[in-house]
Amino acid sequence: MTPLDPPSTPLTRKDFTSDQEVRWCPGCGDYAILAAVQRMLPELGVRKENTVFVSGIGCSSRFPYYMNTYGFHTIHGRAPAVATGVKLANPDLDVWMITGDGDGLSIGGNHMMHLLRRNVNLQLILFNNRIYGLTKGQYSPTSLLGKRSPSTPMGSVDNPVVPAAFALGCGGRFVARAVDTDAKSLIATLKRAHEFQGTGFVEVFQNCPVFNDGAFEHFTARDLAAETQLHLEHGKPMRFGKDNTKGLRLRPGKLELEVVTLGEYGVTEADILVHDEHNHTTAFLLANLEPPVFPVALGVLFNSATPGPSFDHGMHEQNRQARAKGPGDLNALMRKGHTWLVEPEAT
Amino acid sequence: MDTFASSTPSSSRELIDSVVIRFAGDSGDGMQLTGSQFADSTALMGNDLSTLPDFPAEIRAPAGTTFGVSGFQVHFAGHDIKTPGDAPDVLVAMNPAALRVNLRDLKVGGLLVCNSGAFTAGNLKKAGYDKSPLDDGSLDAYRLLKLDVSKLTLQAVEPYQLGTKESLRAKNMWTLGLMMWMFGRERESTVEWLRQKFAKHPHVADANVAALNAGHIYGETAEMPSGIGCYQVPKAKLAPGVYRNVTGNEATSWGLLAGGKLAGIELVLGSYPITPASTILHTLSNLRAYGVTTFQAEDEIAAICAAIGASYAGALGMTSTSGPGLALKAEALGLAVATELPLIVVDVQRGGPSTGLPTKTEQSDLLQALNGRNGDCPLAVIAACTPGDCFDMAIEAVRLATKYMTPVLLLTDGFLANSAEPWKIPDITTLKPFPVQYRRQPEGFHPFVRDPQTLARAWAVPGTPGLEHRIGGIEKAYDSGNISYDPDNHHKMTKVRAAKIAGIADDIPLQKVEQGEDSGDLVVVGWGSTYGAIAQAVMGARRSGLKVSHLHIRYMNPMPRNLGELLRGFKQVSVPEMNNGMLVKVLRAEYLVDAQGFNKISGQPFKIAEIEAEIHRMLGVQLPV
Repeated sequence: MTPLDPPSTPLTRKDFTSDQEVRWCPGCGDYAILAAVQRMLPELGVRKENTVFVSGIGCSSRFPYYMNTYGFHTIHGRAPAVATGVKLANPDLDVWMITGDGDGLSIGGNHMMHLLRRNVNLQLILFNNRIYGLTKGQYSPTSLLGKRSPSTPMGSVDNPVVPAAFALGCGGRFVARAVDTDAKSLIATLKRAHEFQGTGFVEVFQNCPVFNDGAFEHFTARDLAAETQLHLEHGKPMRFGKDNTKGLRLRPGKLELEVVTLGEYGVTEADILVHDEHNHTTAFLLANLEPPVFPVALGVLFNSATPGPSFDHGMHEQNRQARAKGPGDLNALMRKGHTWLVEPEAT
Repeated sequence: MDTFASSTPSSSRELIDSVVIRFAGDSGDGMQLTGSQFADSTALMGNDLSTLPDFPAEIRAPAGTTFGVSGFQVHFAGHDIKTPGDAPDVLVAMNPAALRVNLRDLKVGGLLVCNSGAFTAGNLKKAGYDKSPLDDGSLDAYRLLKLDVSKLTLQAVEPYQLGTKESLRAKNMWTLGLMMWMFGRERESTVEWLRQKFAKHPHVADANVAALNAGHIYGETAEMPSGIGCYQVPKAKLAPGVYRNVTGNEATSWGLLAGGKLAGIELVLGSYPITPASTILHTLSNLRAYGVTTFQAEDEIAAICAAIGASYAGALGMTSTSGPGLALKAEALGLAVATELPLIVVDVQRGGPSTGLPTKTEQSDLLQALNGRNGDCPLAVIAACTPGDCFDMAIEAVRLATKYMTPVLLLTDGFLANSAEPWKIPDITTLKPFPVQYRRQPEGFHPFVRDPQTLARAWAVPGTPGLEHRIGGIEKAYDSGNISYDPDNHHKMTKVRAAKIAGIADDIPLQKVEQGEDSGDLVVVGWGSTYGAIAQAVMGARRSGLKVSHLHIRYMNPMPRNLGELLRGFKQVSVPEMNNGMLVKVLRAEYLVDAQGFNKISGQPFKIAEIEAEIHRMLGVQLPV
């Protein structure tokens, strides 16, 4: 019986739910994400005792307290480093790193970059609500230009970072996106991230009803979703729209995407780009698409065909090599090189 | 096969008790190498010795400049010595800049060996000389030996056809050969080292060996100016056993590995390069077979956070750094204290503040170590006092961290890190193990359930069924480990965290008196690397009949239970420190004694004479002339 074997009796959502009263604001998107994760984990067949949630600081980062697994609520921005340490000590632990747009991309941006480039084997869920919730509404690195907030009453003059594009730029080998309230897609995407041997990065668009309500309404509202969301599937054409008649293709002669409608201007099904989740360039183009002109790309944007070994795998492989001839003899080591004997004094 | 004809017989050598030699040259000239080879040979010959490498922060400063001068001082003797020596008896200056920077330290009448070949117009100008001091009489106070080492080296290695630049690199070996002749050092260990180092280029090895031998032969055959002869220094009386030279950083690294073995736990080092601690990372990175995983993190904060994550997952996290790195780690240290995880932090102190003096020694992080976190945030702090002591204190750090579920800060400094001393190699199998006990039993468990004696919380490791729990930096309830903002609870938790660390005092040795009585007129209290200088100074003062004692503290927080009582037994308390007054403040605050600081913050260790003078001053006794 190894930690990676499924539990002897199947677990339920209740098994993964801690006894702590959940304290997010009513209507917060975090409830939906929590519910999705609690439903998903039993379906993955993972063991509770083998599961670890590591978070930073922020509303997102309260997440571990509500999971009946091992959990570590660390310090602002540093969850990637702590999680890396956890994997170094025990690479068999199934680690989920929880962060937000503030925790992960302001103070945590550096550590996130290194985690992604190292490809540490864990799942990273970034709750993006485009605001600082816990500290009461200041703007964040993903807030839009001009955002008015308690610290930017005249509107921010910062351009935001695009988390998925950042992740791709850092060398992330698996980059995906989901909407907090779309449980089906969210669970499917998280499962894909879990499967991936390396850093499975998932950005979740999450609504903060108190400090930034409706930030994503323009593509999550029920009456707008079909026209503004592109659900990616590897090997399937990139089509969207109420009647599924819209699609993406490369603008002829340019390395940029354009929206086309089937039947208009001679566009046929053959013109629509087929999603190749192994293509890094397409993923980068998709990551930067924004309404109103483009749909938001959701699902798995990038899943590298050649991710290489994960960081923790590489490190432990080196440990194995170093210890192949057995554990080192410290007494012998200290006696290597120049030593000399001092004899007892002749009496 | 290298054999050596018997050189100048010991009967024609002047017997001297001890000597301090300083080698100085450009930072690219190999002075560190020359000095450490001399030291190795010296150790093998049975002298007691202490070394002080002194190098500039810049990797390769412009050749010939005064800020590029690198030095290495060796003090060796036929008796037990504890410091690298106050002032050199012999200065070997490879160029004008080295002379300029170091001459002021050479004892009057001391031996001055200069490489006249480097005293060119250009080099003299760079060093700030209008004319050559070798010829203008300004060095008449010393016994001057002028040698064109550059030319002599080129002659010696000419048969090996290395080209001028490569050939001149062997200057340091030529000089070493001469000094080895002068002080009766054996050459075998250096020759063996050269053959190993240049194993892939045997003719380069041959050339260097030739230079070494040529310098030695020069000493044997040339007529030395009057007053310059050759010497022998008898073997020192050391306790019987097998010895080696060890530097503080090596000893720290091996001590941590030994601690890991004794605790039965895997070590995970998260570290980031910083002078003078980097060699701990390098050493341990080469020793992964010995139970350590090493990780060069992206920065100091990631380094300690990875160590904390490793401890959370059941290994023992460690991190090594210097002052500026410790400053960066403060918040993470707080998390480790609040979550009561075992953690080792090694701070190899250097000149501060800010970037300060990266390659110079100081002991100015004490208050940062004791207090440098937000809130009431106690942790254990210990300090090594000699290079060899770094081994023992590293083991202590592991023992205390794992037993009390706390970060332990081990303070050393740049001097200890790089300085070598002969060290009786311990036998790990004779050391008492302190195996780690993880919590396995779900019955009655919560993450902050405490051992009634140590007050340490149970260590429940992820992967253990039935013990799933969450920890974090927010205050938690004493009775359940859940987040709690309750006022009384916070007061109670603050007190219990403090009591846990204070209770360590029952588990550490009582303070002993190094020399002298346990009460009297004056006690000199030190910590860290001032040990050697204080010990020698007190020894000297006691020989002249002064009633002075020496106390050296290795446990900085908590301090030994009997320390206050000991201090109160003395009329005066002197605290020499390489900082602007830190331990002195702590002693005054904790024990209400009128301790007086004696502070030297120059990036250099105390001289024995400085402390001896202070002892005389405090006792109102004139220094002997």
